[in-house]
Amino acid sequence: MQRLSHLLGIEDLTREQITFILDQSKPFQEFQRYPLKKLATLRGKTVAVAFFESSTRTRISFTTAASRLGADTMALQAESSSLKKGESLIDTVRTIEAMRPDGIVIRHASSGAPEFVAERLEIPVLNAGDGTHEHPTQALLDALTIRDRKGGLDGWNITILGDILHSRVARSNIHLLGKFGARITLCGPAMWVPRELENLAPGIRRTTCTEDALEGADVVMVLRVQTERIHEPALAAEEYVLGYQLTPKRLRLARPGALVMHPGPMIRGLEIDPAVADGPQSCVLEQVTNGLAVRMALLYHLIGGAPVDAPHPAKDRSNASD
Amino acid sequence: MRVVEKRQLLSAEEINRTLQRLAHEIIEKSEGARDLALIGVRRRGVTLAERLVRSIRAFSRADVPMGILDIALYRDDLSTIGSQPSLQGTEIDFPVDNRDLVIVDDVLYTGRTIRAAMNGLFDLGRPRRIRLCVLIDRGHRELPVEATFVGRTVQTSDTEIVEVRLQEVDSEERVVLVDRVT
Repeated sequence: MQRLSHLLGIEDLTREQITFILDQSKPFQEFQRYPLKKLATLRGKTVAVAFFESSTRTRISFTTAASRLGADTMALQAESSSLKKGESLIDTVRTIEAMRPDGIVIRHASSGAPEFVAERLEIPVLNAGDGTHEHPTQALLDALTIRDRKGGLDGWNITILGDILHSRVARSNIHLLGKFGARITLCGPAMWVPRELENLAPGIRRTTCTEDALEGADVVMVLRVQTERIHEPALAAEEYVLGYQLTPKRLRLARPGALVMHPGPMIRGLEIDPAVADGPQSCVLEQVTNGLAVRMALLYHLIGGAPVDAPHPAKDRSNASD
Repeated sequence: MRVVEKRQLLSAEEINRTLQRLAHEIIEKSEGARDLALIGVRRRGVTLAERLVRSIRAFSRADVPMGILDIALYRDDLSTIGSQPSLQGTEIDFPVDNRDLVIVDDVLYTGRTIRAAMNGLFDLGRPRRIRLCVLIDRGHRELPVEATFVGRTVQTSDTEIVEVRLQEVDSEERVVLVDRVT
């Protein structure tokens, strides 16, 4: 298997690499139940957490994952940074690099920013969401949740509901689940489900009718509606609720036991009915816990250890543990 | 560099007899096996612990639970290893608090694996006692770690390797001493 040196997106990962990351997340799921949630595995390592776009949950998740592995974090947030003063992306990350972190987690409003940084820095880069491009750790934690709940990842009917066009979560999920033979249905107002999305993976179906999209679904992924994108006359909030909100009645059209997922933050009463959000089919909180496990597995493999070509003392030592 | 087999340390029959003896010793020194639990260190320690637990249950009728410990996250040489060891996971589904634990591994060498194993156990709680059972003690300790239950003590040189091959893992059953020749 090709060893990963960065996590920039799901599109370029193989099925084998994805399965490896999910398998490696299992021990860390178990770890979240330990009374003592602190490892020394990455002691002495520093992870720079650079969020050029505001975020709470993903940032906390990465920071907690690093901290539970014993690493220190170096935080940079848009609100408090020199970005406001007009510094360029490359100058900012070079400054961070000069403080010698062992890896960097980046969120940026521009698609491709993490890749741009990865090409210029020597350290591993983890994409925590870039523009409308990808949010790979979200897709991985979603896949882990589906695999656990459903007993496998292959061949499910997946319905993604909402603003697909602007959603990096949707894009990463389409890439990932497409590699596992999912039949994906994209549903939302016509302006949010353009034809180009069909090119992302084979067998994608588009519809603007929620009832139609939910029929036979094994998994329903509800996306957050960005309120700044809802404005009259194109689309009023009430129209969205009427046409696309996931309600208990609509959910009954999906397969019995279909999973309901949401990447958060959730706007109750807009894209999702509270009864569904808190219902037995909802995996929202499991997604959050699994996010920690996936991010710990990624940090462990990307940031722990020396470069690939460094000497390997364990190979040179008899009876070292295998 | 080649690896050549120097001599056989234990035959299949000797492994079996040694494990039976170790099982008896563990029972004898565990005050009726109350609170006793075995912890196999991945991966051959797991196979050995499974066999010991079967024997202990048969000899003493005590229901001794067994857990599996993956020490990868607790190693002290991670930052010098090229690619990270894959994680297999720890599977200990009973509370370790106040338990009388016996760590089981195939070979005791530098003691670093056992240091890592103890760290892993402490993350799960506070055992009342931790002891160590190994099939082979080959010397060359780098840490103050000794085993309570030892199958066989073997004098070795630094370049030699003790290979424990078990049916379940290696499809053969014997312990051999091999050497590296350059």
